[in-house]
Amino acid sequence: MDWMVAHFAELVFFYLAGIAVIGAACVLIFRSPINAALALLCTFLAIAGLFVLAHAELLAAVQVLVYAGGIMVLFLFAIMLVNVRVLPEQPQFMRKLLPFVVPAAGALAALLLVAIWGVGHLPLGDLAALTSVEGVAAGNTEAVSWSLFMQYLLPFEVVSIVLLVAIIGAIVLGRKETPGEGA
Amino acid sequence: MIPTFYYLVLSVILFTIGVVGMVVRRNFITVLMCVELILNAANINFIAFGRQLGDITGQVFPIFIISIAAAEAAIGLGIIIALVRLKGTVNLDQVNVMEG
Repeated sequence: MDWMVAHFAELVFFYLAGIAVIGAACVLIFRSPINAALALLCTFLAIAGLFVLAHAELLAAVQVLVYAGGIMVLFLFAIMLVNVRVLPEQPQFMRKLLPFVVPAAGALAALLLVAIWGVGHLPLGDLAALTSVEGVAAGNTEAVSWSLFMQYLLPFEVVSIVLLVAIIGAIVLGRKETPGEGA
Repeated sequence: MIPTFYYLVLSVILFTIGVVGMVVRRNFITVLMCVELILNAANINFIAFGRQLGDITGQVFPIFIISIAAAEAAIGLGIIIALVRLKGTVNLDQVNVMEG
Protein backbone atom coordinates (compact mmCIF):
# COMPACT_ATOMS: atom_id res chain seq x y z
CA MET A 1 0.00 0.00 0.00
CA ASP A 2 2.80 2.40 0.87
CA TRP A 3 4.50 1.44 -2.37
CA MET A 4 1.35 2.31 -4.29
CA VAL A 5 1.08 5.69 -2.60
CA ALA A 6 4.75 6.43 -3.26
CA HIS A 7 4.47 5.47 -6.93
CA PHE A 8 1.00 6.79 -7.61
CA ALA A 9 2.08 9.05 -10.48
CA GLU A 10 3.94 6.18 -12.16
CA LEU A 11 0.93 3.90 -11.84
CA VAL A 12 -1.38 6.51 -13.37
CA PHE A 13 1.18 7.08 -16.13
CA PHE A 14 1.36 3.39 -17.04
CA TYR A 15 -2.43 3.06 -16.92
CA LEU A 16 -2.95 6.00 -19.29
CA ALA A 17 -0.01 5.06 -21.53
CA GLY A 18 -1.44 1.54 -21.81
CA ILE A 19 -4.82 2.92 -22.88
CA ALA A 20 -3.12 5.21 -25.42
CA VAL A 21 -1.03 2.42 -26.95
CA ILE A 22 -3.91 -0.07 -27.06
CA GLY A 23 -6.14 2.57 -28.67
CA ALA A 24 -3.48 3.35 -31.27
CA ALA A 25 -3.03 -0.37 -32.01
CA CYS A 26 -6.80 -0.67 -32.44
CA VAL A 27 -6.73 2.20 -34.97
CA LEU A 28 -4.22 0.11 -36.86
CA ILE A 29 -6.09 -3.21 -36.79
CA PHE A 30 -9.81 -2.39 -36.75
CA ARG A 31 -11.40 -2.86 -40.17
CA SER A 32 -14.28 -0.46 -39.76
CA PRO A 33 -13.32 3.24 -39.84
CA ILE A 34 -15.94 4.08 -37.23
CA ASN A 35 -14.41 1.62 -34.73
CA ALA A 36 -10.98 3.01 -35.54
CA ALA A 37 -12.26 6.55 -34.88
CA LEU A 38 -13.62 5.55 -31.47
CA ALA A 39 -10.31 3.84 -30.60
CA LEU A 40 -8.52 7.03 -31.63
CA LEU A 41 -10.83 8.98 -29.30
CA CYS A 42 -9.69 6.76 -26.38
CA THR A 43 -6.07 7.46 -27.32
CA PHE A 44 -6.66 11.23 -27.39
CA LEU A 45 -8.35 11.23 -23.99
CA ALA A 46 -5.58 9.11 -22.44
CA ILE A 47 -2.98 11.50 -23.88
CA ALA A 48 -4.89 14.42 -22.34
CA GLY A 49 -4.52 12.68 -18.98
CA LEU A 50 -0.80 12.29 -19.61
CA PHE A 51 -0.56 16.03 -20.30
CA VAL A 52 -2.02 16.71 -16.85
CA LEU A 53 0.64 14.45 -15.33
CA ALA A 54 3.32 16.45 -17.15
CA HIS A 55 2.12 19.79 -15.71
CA ALA A 56 0.46 20.90 -18.97
CA GLU A 57 -3.07 21.50 -17.72
CA LEU A 58 -4.03 24.01 -20.41
CA LEU A 59 -2.91 21.67 -23.17
CA ALA A 60 -4.89 18.82 -21.62
CA ALA A 61 -8.02 20.98 -21.89
CA VAL A 62 -7.12 22.00 -25.45
CA GLN A 63 -6.51 18.36 -26.34
CA VAL A 64 -9.96 17.36 -25.10
CA LEU A 65 -11.73 20.34 -26.72
CA VAL A 66 -9.98 20.39 -30.10
CA TYR A 67 -9.01 16.77 -30.69
CA ALA A 68 -11.70 14.82 -28.87
CA GLY A 69 -14.37 17.46 -29.44
CA GLY A 70 -13.53 18.92 -32.83
CA ILE A 71 -11.37 16.71 -34.98
CA MET A 72 -13.07 13.46 -33.95
CA VAL A 73 -16.51 14.89 -34.72
CA LEU A 74 -15.14 15.94 -38.12
CA PHE A 75 -13.90 12.39 -38.72
CA LEU A 76 -17.21 10.87 -37.66
CA PHE A 77 -19.10 13.31 -39.90
CA ALA A 78 -16.89 12.38 -42.85
CA ILE A 79 -17.42 8.67 -42.17
CA MET A 80 -21.20 9.19 -42.03
CA LEU A 81 -21.18 11.29 -45.23
CA VAL A 82 -19.11 8.72 -47.08
CA ASN A 83 -21.29 5.91 -45.69
CA VAL A 84 -18.65 3.22 -45.86
CA ARG A 85 -21.19 0.40 -45.60
CA VAL A 86 -22.56 0.93 -49.10
CA LEU A 87 -19.07 0.98 -50.59
CA PRO A 88 -17.97 -2.36 -52.05
CA GLU A 89 -16.09 -4.64 -49.68
CA GLN A 90 -12.42 -4.17 -50.24
CA PRO A 91 -9.27 -5.41 -48.58
CA GLN A 92 -8.23 -3.01 -45.82
CA PHE A 93 -4.54 -3.88 -45.61
CA MET A 94 -1.65 -4.04 -48.04
CA ARG A 95 -0.99 -7.73 -47.42
CA LYS A 96 1.92 -7.86 -49.84
CA LEU A 97 3.78 -5.29 -47.76
CA LEU A 98 3.29 -6.92 -44.35
CA PRO A 99 6.48 -9.06 -44.35
CA PHE A 100 8.50 -5.90 -44.99
CA VAL A 101 6.59 -3.57 -42.72
CA VAL A 102 7.10 -5.47 -39.46
CA PRO A 103 10.94 -5.48 -39.59
CA ALA A 104 10.96 -1.93 -40.92
CA ALA A 105 8.76 -0.75 -38.04
CA GLY A 106 11.00 -2.56 -35.55
CA ALA A 107 14.07 -0.93 -37.08
CA LEU A 108 12.43 2.51 -36.95
CA ALA A 109 11.46 2.07 -33.30
CA ALA A 110 14.97 0.79 -32.42
CA LEU A 111 16.56 3.75 -34.20
CA LEU A 112 14.37 6.23 -32.29
CA LEU A 113 15.08 4.46 -28.98
CA VAL A 114 18.82 4.73 -29.60
CA ALA A 115 18.34 8.40 -30.41
CA ILE A 116 16.56 9.10 -27.10
CA TRP A 117 18.81 6.89 -24.96
CA GLY A 118 20.92 9.78 -23.67
CA VAL A 119 17.98 11.83 -22.44
CA GLY A 120 18.44 10.70 -18.84
CA HIS A 121 21.64 12.75 -18.65
CA LEU A 122 20.00 16.04 -19.54
CA PRO A 123 19.95 18.58 -16.72
CA LEU A 124 16.66 18.88 -14.90
CA GLY A 125 15.08 22.29 -15.27
CA ASP A 126 13.01 24.32 -12.85
CA LEU A 127 9.38 23.20 -12.86
CA ALA A 128 8.33 26.55 -11.41
CA ALA A 129 8.78 28.10 -14.87
CA LEU A 130 5.71 26.15 -16.02
CA THR A 131 3.48 27.93 -13.52
CA SER A 132 4.95 31.41 -13.24
CA VAL A 133 4.98 34.64 -15.23
CA GLU A 134 8.27 36.52 -15.10
CA GLY A 135 9.16 34.91 -11.79
CA VAL A 136 5.79 35.55 -10.17
CA ALA A 137 3.79 32.45 -9.34
CA ALA A 138 0.69 32.13 -11.56
CA GLY A 139 -1.36 29.43 -13.25
CA ASN A 140 -0.23 27.23 -16.11
CA THR A 141 -2.69 29.02 -18.40
CA GLU A 142 -1.22 32.42 -17.56
CA ALA A 143 2.32 31.14 -18.16
CA VAL A 144 1.44 29.66 -21.57
CA SER A 145 -0.55 32.74 -22.63
CA TRP A 146 2.25 35.08 -21.59
CA SER A 147 4.75 33.19 -23.75
CA LEU A 148 2.26 32.80 -26.62
CA PHE A 149 1.20 36.44 -26.81
CA MET A 150 4.56 38.05 -26.03
CA GLN A 151 7.24 35.85 -27.57
CA TYR A 152 5.25 33.98 -30.23
CA LEU A 153 2.70 36.57 -31.34
CA LEU A 154 3.74 36.52 -35.00
CA PRO A 155 3.47 32.71 -35.37
CA PHE A 156 0.13 32.94 -33.60
CA GLU A 157 -1.15 35.43 -36.18
CA VAL A 158 0.27 33.33 -39.04
CA VAL A 159 -1.70 30.33 -37.75
CA SER A 160 -4.90 32.36 -38.14
CA ILE A 161 -4.08 32.82 -41.84
CA VAL A 162 -3.35 29.09 -42.17
CA LEU A 163 -6.74 28.30 -40.64
CA LEU A 164 -8.47 30.78 -42.97
CA VAL A 165 -6.84 29.15 -46.00
CA ALA A 166 -7.86 25.73 -44.66
CA ILE A 167 -11.48 26.86 -44.24
CA ILE A 168 -11.65 28.19 -47.80
CA GLY A 169 -9.90 25.09 -49.15
CA ALA A 170 -12.26 22.74 -47.34
CA ILE A 171 -15.30 24.63 -48.63
CA VAL A 172 -14.01 24.58 -52.22
CA LEU A 173 -13.13 20.88 -52.01
CA GLY A 174 -16.39 19.83 -50.44
CA ARG A 175 -18.63 21.94 -52.66
CA LYS A 176 -21.10 20.12 -54.85
CA GLU A 177 -20.61 21.18 -58.45
CA THR A 178 -23.92 21.73 -60.13
CA PRO A 179 -23.98 20.82 -63.84
CA GLY A 180 -24.08 23.76 -66.21
CA GLU A 181 -22.32 26.06 -63.80
CA GLY A 182 -18.79 26.92 -64.87
CA ALA A 183 -15.92 25.51 -62.77
CA MET B 1 8.57 12.45 -10.85
CA ILE B 2 8.02 10.36 -13.97
CA PRO B 3 11.24 10.16 -16.01
CA THR B 4 11.19 11.97 -19.36
CA PHE B 5 12.39 8.73 -20.90
CA TYR B 6 9.01 7.08 -20.25
CA TYR B 7 7.24 9.83 -22.18
CA LEU B 8 9.70 9.48 -25.06
CA VAL B 9 9.22 5.71 -25.23
CA LEU B 10 5.44 6.18 -25.37
CA SER B 11 5.95 8.75 -28.11
CA VAL B 12 8.16 6.34 -30.08
CA ILE B 13 5.48 3.64 -29.85
CA LEU B 14 2.69 5.97 -31.01
CA PHE B 15 4.84 7.38 -33.83
CA THR B 16 5.77 3.91 -35.08
CA ILE B 17 2.14 2.76 -34.99
CA GLY B 18 1.18 5.87 -36.95
CA VAL B 19 3.85 5.32 -39.62
CA VAL B 20 2.96 1.64 -39.98
CA GLY B 21 -0.71 2.56 -40.28
CA MET B 22 0.01 5.10 -43.01
CA VAL B 23 1.89 2.44 -44.98
CA VAL B 24 -0.34 -0.61 -44.58
CA ARG B 25 -3.86 0.78 -44.48
CA ARG B 26 -5.73 1.32 -47.74
CA ASN B 27 -8.60 3.34 -46.35
CA PHE B 28 -7.94 7.06 -46.74
CA ILE B 29 -9.87 7.93 -43.55
CA THR B 30 -7.76 5.57 -41.45
CA VAL B 31 -4.57 6.94 -43.01
CA LEU B 32 -5.62 10.44 -41.86
CA MET B 33 -6.18 9.09 -38.33
CA CYS B 34 -2.64 7.72 -38.37
CA VAL B 35 -1.34 11.20 -39.27
CA GLU B 36 -3.13 12.51 -36.16
CA LEU B 37 -1.38 9.84 -34.09
CA ILE B 38 2.01 11.00 -35.39
CA LEU B 39 1.24 14.63 -34.53
CA ASN B 40 0.18 13.58 -31.04
CA ALA B 41 3.46 11.75 -30.58
CA ALA B 42 5.25 14.99 -31.45
CA ASN B 43 3.12 16.85 -28.88
CA ILE B 44 4.06 14.37 -26.16
CA ASN B 45 7.74 14.91 -26.97
CA PHE B 46 7.39 18.70 -26.78
CA ILE B 47 5.66 18.56 -23.42
CA ALA B 48 8.08 16.00 -21.96
CA PHE B 49 11.09 18.10 -22.95
CA GLY B 50 9.43 21.31 -21.81
CA ARG B 51 8.97 19.73 -18.40
CA GLN B 52 12.50 18.35 -18.32
CA LEU B 53 14.09 21.70 -19.22
CA GLY B 54 11.60 23.81 -17.25
CA ASP B 55 10.72 25.82 -20.37
CA ILE B 56 7.19 27.01 -21.13
CA THR B 57 7.97 27.05 -24.87
CA GLY B 58 7.48 23.28 -24.77
CA GLN B 59 3.81 23.96 -24.06
CA VAL B 60 3.36 26.74 -26.62
CA PHE B 61 4.41 24.78 -29.68
CA PRO B 62 1.85 21.97 -29.19
CA ILE B 63 -0.84 24.66 -29.52
CA PHE B 64 0.48 25.46 -33.00
CA ILE B 65 0.71 21.75 -33.84
CA ILE B 66 -2.88 21.19 -32.73
CA SER B 67 -4.15 24.05 -34.89
CA ILE B 68 -2.21 22.76 -37.90
CA ALA B 69 -3.64 19.29 -37.21
CA ALA B 70 -7.15 20.74 -37.21
CA ALA B 71 -6.52 22.48 -40.54
CA GLU B 72 -5.04 19.29 -41.99
CA ALA B 73 -8.01 17.21 -40.84
CA ALA B 74 -10.48 19.66 -42.39
CA ILE B 75 -8.63 19.69 -45.73
CA GLY B 76 -8.11 15.90 -45.69
CA LEU B 77 -11.76 15.20 -45.02
CA GLY B 78 -12.73 17.69 -47.75
CA ILE B 79 -10.51 15.72 -50.13
CA ILE B 80 -12.25 12.50 -49.01
CA ILE B 81 -15.67 13.97 -49.79
CA ALA B 82 -14.48 15.14 -53.22
CA LEU B 83 -12.85 11.74 -53.84
CA VAL B 84 -16.03 9.84 -53.01
CA ARG B 85 -18.01 12.14 -55.29
CA LEU B 86 -15.57 11.65 -58.18
CA LYS B 87 -14.61 7.99 -57.83
CA GLY B 88 -17.03 6.48 -55.35
CA THR B 89 -14.28 5.02 -53.21
CA VAL B 90 -11.95 5.85 -50.32
CA ASN B 91 -9.59 3.03 -51.22
CA LEU B 92 -6.15 4.40 -51.99
CA ASP B 93 -5.37 1.53 -54.39
CA GLN B 94 -8.03 2.78 -56.77
CA VAL B 95 -6.80 6.35 -56.79
CA ASN B 96 -4.00 5.94 -59.30
CA VAL B 97 -4.57 8.61 -61.95
CA MET B 98 -1.15 10.13 -61.25
CA GLU B 99 0.66 6.78 -61.06
CA GLY B 100 1.79 6.95 -64.68
